[in-house]
Amino acid sequence: MSIRERLSGNEASAIAMKQINPDVVAAFPITPSTEIPQYFSTFVSNGSVDTEFVAVESEHSAMSACIGAEAAGARAMTATSSNGLALMWEMIHIAASSRLPIVMPLVNRTISGPINIHNDHSDAMGIRDSGWIQLFSENNQEAYDNLIMAHRIAENKDVMLPLAVCQDGFITSHAIENIELLEDDKVKEFVGTYNPEHYLLDANNPMAVGPLDLQPFFFEHKHQEAVAMNNAKRVILEVAKEFEKLTGRKYGFFEEYKMNDAELVIVCMNSTAGTTKDVVDKLREQNIKAGLLKIRVYRPFPAEEIAKALSNAKAIAVLDKATGLNACGAPLFTDITSAMFVNKTFVPTVNYVYGLGGRDTTSKQIEKVYSDLAQIAKTGIVDNPYRNFGLRGDE
Amino acid sequence: MAYNVKEIVAKKPAIFESGHRMCAGCGAPPVARMIMRALKEGDHAVVANATGCMEVSSCIYPYTSWSCSYIHTAFECTAATCSGAEAAYKSMKRQGKLPKDKNTKFIAFGGDGGTYDIGIQSLSGAMERGHDMTYVCYDNGAYMNTGIQRSSATPHFADTTTSPAGKVVPGKMQERKDLTEIMASHHLPYVAQTLALANFKDLYEKAEKAIYTEGPTFLNVLAPCPRGWGYPTDMLMPINKLAADTCYWPLYEVVDGKYKITYKPAKKLPIEEFLRPQKRFKHMFLPGNEWMIEEFQKEVDRRWEELLALEKITNQIENK
Repeated sequence: MSIRERLSGNEASAIAMKQINPDVVAAFPITPSTEIPQYFSTFVSNGSVDTEFVAVESEHSAMSACIGAEAAGARAMTATSSNGLALMWEMIHIAASSRLPIVMPLVNRTISGPINIHNDHSDAMGIRDSGWIQLFSENNQEAYDNLIMAHRIAENKDVMLPLAVCQDGFITSHAIENIELLEDDKVKEFVGTYNPEHYLLDANNPMAVGPLDLQPFFFEHKHQEAVAMNNAKRVILEVAKEFEKLTGRKYGFFEEYKMNDAELVIVCMNSTAGTTKDVVDKLREQNIKAGLLKIRVYRPFPAEEIAKALSNAKAIAVLDKATGLNACGAPLFTDITSAMFVNKTFVPTVNYVYGLGGRDTTSKQIEKVYSDLAQIAKTGIVDNPYRNFGLRGDE
Repeated sequence: MAYNVKEIVAKKPAIFESGHRMCAGCGAPPVARMIMRALKEGDHAVVANATGCMEVSSCIYPYTSWSCSYIHTAFECTAATCSGAEAAYKSMKRQGKLPKDKNTKFIAFGGDGGTYDIGIQSLSGAMERGHDMTYVCYDNGAYMNTGIQRSSATPHFADTTTSPAGKVVPGKMQERKDLTEIMASHHLPYVAQTLALANFKDLYEKAEKAIYTEGPTFLNVLAPCPRGWGYPTDMLMPINKLAADTCYWPLYEVVDGKYKITYKPAKKLPIEEFLRPQKRFKHMFLPGNEWMIEEFQKEVDRRWEELLALEKITNQIENK
């Protein structure tokens, strides 16, 4: 029997970490993810985990220590947000290229500047092509479930890449909601033990990590990393299937909400999907064929599958909680339109940047997006694909 | 057993093996090799290495000069990387995931750029957290790997590519940072400054103490660089001796806060003896620049006097 609880997203993440019982956690406080290492250190001080907790002096050192620990043969975890992730950036790439399956809750918060502690996805977008698998979570339950599945994906021999579980800072990290937890022993059995092929602490087989890799081999190693990211697609689905058997909760690359006959489709990630579902339900009552495609697996990006799922729509709005300061669309929009183009799915598509720096996202705003889409579907005309909502003077 | 360099070299494995690509006359390889020889037979080692000359010359895929385990991640975070590996060891050993009878020692190597400058935060953090590891700075007094740029370890007036001795600015205008003292201020169980002098006794013994003192320990080792300093490659050992005999690089250790100078030259040589053979100080010997040598001498004297005083004071405290 699963355990019914009421937890915030941060608490749920910390409890998942406790059940995973990693060998090493190295972390540094930053709002809004601070609570995760905070809760976790109480597990350490009360002896309910076997973990060595390393209270490092910066996020750069947090990721460096995780790399050292994981290379040594341990399961290593950390948690961070925003500028903490930015400070880790150099080591984020080194973790991935060293093929170390480190797992990290990433509680999304806007990147400075200006400094702002609230939610958007600009932190996660900064590492989107770094070799990290990125799973997004609508609520505390998904943040928990994604973490329980994380090691099975990251540590798979065909993958061996680090993984970040994203959730919205404050919106889900600090909001308390109902949740179903697995029993400790079930998590232990599901996650299994980490048995790396090679590790620094194997005294009988010493190894070298992080060599200077010049023209003769660098390209091949980078290619292997790219292949591993492709392999992750298969593994993510395999693990989700096993997880479904255990919990009854079904996960894929994305969630299709009332997409069967949907003509007007919103694509978004994390907590905004909850608000959007509410609006879809309301519009469906008015016989408006609204639908939602909620991305769970952002890296690897399931381009082909997304293009297929969107192929019957008449108009699509991609909501980006991060701006693309590039004059050609925000990150999710460019990913989606690229996926559609390559897979020959030609549906009028617009981009909305919204919610930056934690600006509230309301159902009214989402309704307006659907009414914009209705107009586009009717006329087939997209006068301006690069839009915002919730911006002063733009309503 | 009395120290015998021939016996140690003959009997103990180098661990930092031949085949590396460091320059002839470079001070770092003999230092690294002698430090690794201080490892007890049967002990495993994990070496963490900062980006720098030693790293780019000793582990080029698919080769490595290290017969122990080795990890390089980046420039500024060797201490943090090493601390993570040490935390893994502690955790896995406690959980019975590693053989009980096998010990692993953790040794980090960084140059002065990776230690005095960009890596000082990571070093300070790891030392303060009390990891059971030894951090070795091989100090060649500039960013030699990128082409001899000044660091905070670069001596006063030295000519480097970012502190060039010009018509208006005669080299590096700042005095050298004293990292050994900064590490002593972390109140570590063992801090020492050494170099490869004569038969390597001072270096070997300090390495052994550092590696086998429980907790975080620090070694600052002068490692001359023929390219950056401008001396003939066969001058490595004489240059080392001059650094010690002029008291430019005093040899000492701080054990639980107690200072001990391990080499007091019978005759303290004038600093010119150390400066003259090096091209980086050539401009100091031009007519009209005598003041630079005088100032340099004053700085060396002041630091030496301070060290003598520290030795006296800290030993008095202990004796009370």
